[in-house]
Amino acid sequence: MPEAPDNQNPPQQLPWPERFEALAKAAKDERLKRFYEAGSVAADTPIKDVPMVAVDFETTGLDPNQHSIVSIGLVPFTLNTIQIAGARHWLVKPPLPLHQTSITVHGITHTDIDKAPDLDEVLGDVLANLQGRIPVVHYRAIERPFLNVATQWRTGEGLDFPLLDTMAIESHLNPNRTLTFWQKLRRETPVSIRLSDSRGRYGLPHYTSHNALVDALATAELLMAQIRHHFSPETPIGDLWL
Amino acid sequence: MQAELIDIRNHMVKHAPFDDLPPEMLDRVASGIEVSYFRAGTDILEFGQNNNYLHYIRSGAVEIFRRTGELYNRVTEGEIFGQNGLLMNRTVRFPARAIEDTLVYLIPFELFQYLCEHDEFTDFIEVEDRSRLRSALSRREKSNQLMTARVTRLISRPPVTAPNTVRLQEAARIMTENGVSALPLMDETGDKPLLAGIVTDRDLRTRALSEALPSETPISDIMTTGVRTTKSTAFIFEAMLTMLHNNVHHLPVMDGETVRGVIALSDIIKHESQNSLYLVSNIYHQKDVKGLKRLSKDVPDTFVRMVNEDANSHMIGSAIAGIGRSFSQRLLELGEEKLGPPPVPYCFMALGSMARDEQLVVTDQDNAMVLDDAFDPAEHDDYFKALAKFVSDGLAECGYSYCTGDIMATNNKWRQPLRVWKDYFADWIDNPAAEALLNSNIFFDLDGIHGQTQFADELQGFVAERASKNPRFLAMMARNALGRTPPLGFFRQFVMEEDGKHNKTFNLKRRGTAPMSDLIRIHALACGSKAQNTFNRLKAIGETELIPEDGVGNLRDAFEFIAIVRIRHQALAIEAGREPDNNVRPEDLSPFERSHLKDAFQVVNQAQRFLRFRYNAGAVRNA
Repeated sequence: MPEAPDNQNPPQQLPWPERFEALAKAAKDERLKRFYEAGSVAADTPIKDVPMVAVDFETTGLDPNQHSIVSIGLVPFTLNTIQIAGARHWLVKPPLPLHQTSITVHGITHTDIDKAPDLDEVLGDVLANLQGRIPVVHYRAIERPFLNVATQWRTGEGLDFPLLDTMAIESHLNPNRTLTFWQKLRRETPVSIRLSDSRGRYGLPHYTSHNALVDALATAELLMAQIRHHFSPETPIGDLWL
Repeated sequence: MQAELIDIRNHMVKHAPFDDLPPEMLDRVASGIEVSYFRAGTDILEFGQNNNYLHYIRSGAVEIFRRTGELYNRVTEGEIFGQNGLLMNRTVRFPARAIEDTLVYLIPFELFQYLCEHDEFTDFIEVEDRSRLRSALSRREKSNQLMTARVTRLISRPPVTAPNTVRLQEAARIMTENGVSALPLMDETGDKPLLAGIVTDRDLRTRALSEALPSETPISDIMTTGVRTTKSTAFIFEAMLTMLHNNVHHLPVMDGETVRGVIALSDIIKHESQNSLYLVSNIYHQKDVKGLKRLSKDVPDTFVRMVNEDANSHMIGSAIAGIGRSFSQRLLELGEEKLGPPPVPYCFMALGSMARDEQLVVTDQDNAMVLDDAFDPAEHDDYFKALAKFVSDGLAECGYSYCTGDIMATNNKWRQPLRVWKDYFADWIDNPAAEALLNSNIFFDLDGIHGQTQFADELQGFVAERASKNPRFLAMMARNALGRTPPLGFFRQFVMEEDGKHNKTFNLKRRGTAPMSDLIRIHALACGSKAQNTFNRLKAIGETELIPEDGVGNLRDAFEFIAIVRIRHQALAIEAGREPDNNVRPEDLSPFERSHLKDAFQVVNQAQRFLRFRYNAGAVRNA
C-alpha cells in the first residue's frame, strides 16, 4: 500500500485524475475540496469529449507575489460550442491600491473597484464554475499562478490544476520567432503570438472592447480554431495540457 | 446579459432582422447563444440532419446548397441561415458549408420560437417567398393614404343626376343650381334608372357653346356614353389610375348599377394636395411647347413625392405614364391647332412602358401612328409627318429623349394605315424569327392615346387573337425572354451570379423588371388577353389555368418588389441631385431590400424555368 501523500506537497508525478483525488482528500477549505472532488479527465480523453472553461484575469501587474487580481471572466465550452449563457464576470477588490497605469489598461475605475468584494467572497463561486472542466488561458504565467497565490493567501492552501494555453500552442506552431540577421536587415517583423494577432490568423473577428470576459471568449474561440486547423477532435487532451 | 459581452449584442443589432427587435428581446437572445467555429471547406449542416439552431454568421462566409447540390445562396457576416430546417421539423433542407473560416452564433430553437413572437422577425425569416414578400409589401402600402382610403370618402353629397331626355339648357341649369361640374344622365325607361351618359362643364363649352347649338338640343346629342366609372369599394388610388389612364376628370361612383356620387379630379387633388393629377391638369392648360417644357421640370419632383409617400409601383408607373400621355396628348392638340384638322382619322399610339402604364423618370419616347385605311401617302403624309415631328420634338423638349431605335411616328415605317399595321403583326406572329422579334418586342405593348383610339384597340385584339394560336411564335418569344436572367443574390458588396461569379453592379431593369414583363407578356398573349399593364396581365393570366394560382401571386409580389426598389433607387438619385439610372450596387441596398430582392429573383428564376418548359422554348431553331 502506498504511503499517504504529503498534504502540503502532493507528488507531481501522479497523473492529474489521481492527483485531484489526493488533493481533494488533503484540502481543508470546503471550496477547494469540492473543486478537486469534481475530478479531472484522464490524459487520453479525446479533446472533443473534454468540458473546458476559458478563463481570463485582469491584474494590477505581472507578478503574482506583488500584484492582484482585479477582474475574472470565464465562459464554459466544448470543442463544438461555447455556451454564452454560462459566461460569468466578477470584479474583485485588490488588497493593494489600484495602480494608475493599470487603470488605463483595463478601463476599470476606482469607483468600480471600491464597490467590489474581496476575492475570498467570490472564490467559491469562481471555483464552482471551473470544477470538472479544463481551464483554457492565453499565457499561462498569469491565471494559474495568480489564483494559486490568491488562494494561498486566503485559505492557507494553494491551488493547482492542468490547463491549456493557446499562446503556448501558437508559440509551438511558430517556433522560429527570433529573427535572423538577414530578416532584421530586411525589417521583417516576428510572428506575433498575442491574442488578437493569433486570432487574425484563423479569420476570427477583432473585438473592440477588452475585459476579462471578452478575452476569455476570445481565448475559447482561438482554441477551437487551433484544434480545427492543426490538431484533431481525437487529439488526447494529455498531448496539449500543461 | 453580461454587460462585458456587449460586443455580441452590438454586432447583431447592426443586422436585419435583429435591428428591429426590442432591446430586451435582443438581450435575451444575445445571452443565450452558443458559438461555433468552422474551418473553411467543412460542412456546417448536412441534408436531412437534425438541426436545433438558427445560424448567425459572426465572421466568415458560408455557401448554401439545394438538395441537388446546386448553389442556392452565399451568406456572410451578419446574415442568417438554417431557418428553413427549423420551420420544417428541424431537419436540414439546405445543406451549408463554410467557404472561409467561419465563426457562427447558434440561436437555440427555444429562443428562435421566442423571436417568432415578433412579427417583423417572422416576416423576415419566413421561408416561403410569397408570404414574406407580400407582408413586406403590404406593410409599405398601409402607410399611403391614397392606397388605404376608399373613394366614398371623397363623396360629400348625394348625386345630382338628370334624365337623359333633358334639353341642353335644362342640363346647364341643373348643374349651375347645384354647383356641380359633371352631370350623370340616367335612362329612366326601365324599372330603375341606369347610367346612360355624362356631361361635364368642359363638354358644354366645347361641344355646345363653341358649336352654337340651340338650347333645345337633346342632351343625349352631346353627352359622353360608355362612361368610365369606379366602384364604391375602390381605393382612391384606383380611381386616380382610371382618371390618369383615360384622361377623364370625373368618375361616377357606382354601387352596382346605382350612382352613389361623382368624384372629380379636383376632389382627389384636394385630398392629396401634392398630387400627380395636379400636374396632369396643368398640362392641359399650357398654350405652347415652352409652357409644357417648363412644366416638365416638375415631373421628377412629383415622382420623388409619390415615392416618399410610399405609393406602390403600379400607382407610380401609372401616374408617370399618365403624365407622359398627357404631354403627348396636349402636344397633339397643339399640333392640330397649328396644322389644322387631320385629313383622315388617325390614332397616336404609345409603345413600351408608357403603353404598359409602367413609365419611370428615365425614359425615351416610343410611339407610332395608325392611320385610317383611306390614307393616301401622296396626299396626306405631309400632314402626318409634320404632326409626328411636332410631337416628337415637343416630347424631346419635355425630357422624353428621341428613341435610339427610331421607334417613333416620325419614322415612315411606323406611320402607316391600319391594314399595314395588321400585316406587320401578322408577319411577326406567323413567321417568327428570333432576331426580328427582339426588335419588335416593344410593339406588343401598345396603347392608343389620341385620336381614333379604336384603331389601337383593334390591333390589340388582332394580336391577342393571332398570337394565342401560334405556338412557334410563343416559343420564339419565350426564348428571347430567357436571354436576360436575374442574379442569384448578393454576397458582401457583390452581385452573385448563378455560376458563383461576382459583379460590382447590376441593372435592375435589364436583370429584374424587364425579364419579368417579358415573360408575363408571353403568358398574357398565350391566354389571349388584351391587357397591356403587367399587373392587369397577371390578373388575366390568373383567370386561366395557364399557370398555378400561387404562381401568379408570387410573380405579382416579385414584380412589385423589384419595381419599387428600382423606383426608390431613382428617387434617391434625384434627391441627391444625381442623374437617375437603373444600375444598383449591392451596398446601396438595405438588408431588407437585399434579402427580399433575393426572394424576388428566385421567383423570376422559377418563372423562367417554367416559361422554357411551357412553351418548349429550348427546342426552337432560329428560322
